[in-house]
Amino acid sequence: MIKKITILAIALLSSSLLSAQDIFDNARITGSFQTDVQFYRPDKAIGIYDTTILGRKVGINGYTNLTYSLGKFKAGLRYEAFMTPLSGFDPRQEGNGFPYIWASYSSDLIEITAGNFYEQFGNGLIFRTYEEWTLGYDNSMNGMRVVLYPAKGLTLKGVYGSQRFFWQKYERNSRGLVRGADAELNLNEAFTSFEGSGLRLSIGGSAVSKYQRDADPIYNLPENVGAFSGRFNLGAGNFSLMTEYAYKINDPSAANNFIYQNGQAVLSSLSYSQKGLGVVLQLKRVDNFSFKSDRTVTANALDINFLPPINRTHAYSLTAKYPYATQPNGEMGLQFQVNYKIPKGTLLGGKYGTGIALNFSQVNDIVRNQVNDTTAIMESGTLGYTSDFFKVSDHIFFRDFNIEIDKRFNSKLKGMVQYMNLLYDIATIEGHAGEEAVKAHLGVADFTYKLSSRNALRLEAQALITEQDEGDWAALMAEYTIAPKWFVAVADQYNYGNPDEDKRNHYYTVSAGYTRESTRLALTFGRQNEGVVCVGGVCRQVPASSGFTITLSTNF
Amino acid sequence: MKKLLIILLMGVLSISVFSQEASLPKVAIKTLDGQSFSTSDIKNDGKPIIISFWALWCKPCQKELDAFNELYAEWQEETGVKIYAISIDDSRSTARVAPLVKGKGWEFEVLLDPNGDFKRAMNVNMIPHTFLLDGNGKVVSQHTAYFDGAELELYEKVKKLVSKK
Repeated sequence: MIKKITILAIALLSSSLLSAQDIFDNARITGSFQTDVQFYRPDKAIGIYDTTILGRKVGINGYTNLTYSLGKFKAGLRYEAFMTPLSGFDPRQEGNGFPYIWASYSSDLIEITAGNFYEQFGNGLIFRTYEEWTLGYDNSMNGMRVVLYPAKGLTLKGVYGSQRFFWQKYERNSRGLVRGADAELNLNEAFTSFEGSGLRLSIGGSAVSKYQRDADPIYNLPENVGAFSGRFNLGAGNFSLMTEYAYKINDPSAANNFIYQNGQAVLSSLSYSQKGLGVVLQLKRVDNFSFKSDRTVTANALDINFLPPINRTHAYSLTAKYPYATQPNGEMGLQFQVNYKIPKGTLLGGKYGTGIALNFSQVNDIVRNQVNDTTAIMESGTLGYTSDFFKVSDHIFFRDFNIEIDKRFNSKLKGMVQYMNLLYDIATIEGHAGEEAVKAHLGVADFTYKLSSRNALRLEAQALITEQDEGDWAALMAEYTIAPKWFVAVADQYNYGNPDEDKRNHYYTVSAGYTRESTRLALTFGRQNEGVVCVGGVCRQVPASSGFTITLSTNF
Repeated sequence: MKKLLIILLMGVLSISVFSQEASLPKVAIKTLDGQSFSTSDIKNDGKPIIISFWALWCKPCQKELDAFNELYAEWQEETGVKIYAISIDDSRSTARVAPLVKGKGWEFEVLLDPNGDFKRAMNVNMIPHTFLLDGNGKVVSQHTAYFDGAELELYEKVKKLVSKK
C-alpha cells in the first residue's frame, strides 16, 4: 500500500514538475521576415526623370512576423517599415510600427482572439479581412473575435472592431465600426444518420453591421448598415454545388454616388470532377454591393467584404497585363472551365499523357432603369435605379477565352502552349474614360529542357497583338536553374507595336537568386513596365521604374 | 521497487521529450468540396509528411506538384510518405481548384486555405513553399521556390528520415 502511494506521489510530483518544465521547453517562437529594396535611377527612354523620382532614390518595404505559442495560448505581432514605400505602393503606406498585435486562447470548445485578426465568413461576400503583402493591402480588424464549437459540426463566430486604414489610429468617429456573426453547420459531422445519404452538405449564414456616424450636411444617412448572407455547399458523388446569396440594406456612399438602393450579390458554382476530368460552371451577380467601413473612401481600402472576380488569374506577364477587377456597383458574370488529361498510351496522349485546359469567362454590366421619369439613373439622394435580376446589359466589361495544352515529350523536354482571346473594357476597369476597349490575341509558349537531373533551361515566349492601348508586345525569357538553390534569368518585353514610335521601348531585366531552405535572396536589375499587378483578387497600378531590386525573405 | 521507479521516471521523461516535438498549428481550413477540415488531422501513422503551399496563379507551384505526382506512387511504395497540397487561392478561384486537380490527375490530398490562415500560421512568405515533417509531425526541413529537379533532393531527405527509424 505504502509502495503504491509512493509511486503515485512520485508520479504526481514528476508530472507537476513536468508542467513547470513545459513552460520553458514547450514554448515556441516562430516567425518570418521579408524585405524588398529598390534603388531607382532616371531612365529617359521610358519617361523617368530626376523630377519623377523626386530624390526618392531608394524604396524599402519590410516586415517581421513573430508568433509565440505555449499550449493553448498564442500571441503574435508584426512589425512593418515602409521607408519610403516602393514605387507603386500607396504613399499613405509610408511609416513604421506594429500594425498587427494579437493574443489568443483556444480549446476544443472556444477560441478567443484579442487584438488584430483576419477572418472570412463564407466566400467573403459580406465579410473578409486579409492581407496581401505584395500589394500593400491590409484591412485587418482591430478588436475581438470569439469562435465557438458547441457541438460536433457546428461553428459559431462573432467579431467586432475597427479596420486598419494605413497608419491612421482609430479614434472616436474617425471611421466606422464593424460587428458580425457567422454560423456554419456541417450536416455530415453533426448527424451520423446523415452519413448514409451519400451527400455532403454544409450550410451557413452570417450577419454583419457597420456603424458610422452621419455627419452629412445634406443627406440623412443610415448610421447602422446591416448585411446578411446565406450559403450552402452540397456534394453528391462527383458533383459539387456551392451557392451564396447576400443582401445589404441601403448604404449611400462615395462608391455608389450616394444612392439609397439596397445591395445584392450572388455567387454560385457547379462542378463535376473525376480522375482526369474536371468541369466547373460559375455564375455571379453583383448589384450595388460596395461595403466599406468608411462611406467616403473609394480606393482599395477599408473594405468589409470581398467580391471575387471570377475569371482566370493569368500567370505570365503579358497574359496578366489586362486583369479584370470586380465592378462593385453592378456586374453579371459567368465562367466555364474544363481540365482534361488525355490518357497515356493514346494517340494524342503519347507516352506521358497530354493536359488540356479550356477556360471562358465573360462579365457584363447589369441593366439599370430609371426610377421615374424625372430622376436620372444613379442620381445622388435617390434610389438610383431599378434593375431586373435576370437581365444582362449589352455592355461587356471583360471577356477571356483561353486554351492551354501541356505535354511532356520525353524525360528531358516538357512544354506548354497557350492561346488567349481577350476583350477588356479599359474605360470601365481602369477608369480611362473614352478609351476604346482592348481586343487582343495572345500566345504563350513555355518549354523546359533538363540538362541533367538538377540543371534545367527554361524558355518562355509571349506575344500580345492588339490595335488598341499600347499596341503589340512581344516578350522573351530564358532562365537557367540549378536545383534546389540557384537561378539566373534574362528577360525582355518589347512594345514593338506602340502607335507612338517614341514609346517602342524594351523592358529588359537580368535577375539571379539563391535559395537555401526557406531563405531566399533575389537580385533584379532592369526596367519594370508600367502596368497592373494583381495577386489574389486585388490589383495595383505599378508605375514604370528602372533600377536595381533586392528581395530577401526567410522564416524560422 | 527502485527499478520500477526508474522505469516510471524514464517513461514520464520520455513523454516530456515527445511533447517537445513541435506539432503543426491547429487551423480550420477546407476540403476541395468546401467541408471543414482541421490541420490537426494532417497525419500519416508516424511516417513522413510533405506539405506544399501553392495556388492556381503560381506556375512553379504547379510544376513542383506535377513533378511530385509523377513520382508519388513510387515514393509512397518506398517510404510511405504522404503529400498534402494546400491551395491558398481565395474565393475568386477556389471553385476552379478541384477541376484542375482532377484534370491533372493529382493523386495526393489537396486542401483549401482561402483566407491564408494556415499560410500565416506556418509563416509562409511566398509560394511555392514546401515543408517536410517527420513521423512526429515536426518540421525537419522547408524550402521556398521550385526548380526542376528539386524534388530529388527533397526525396533524399524523406529517405533519410525513414532510414533513421
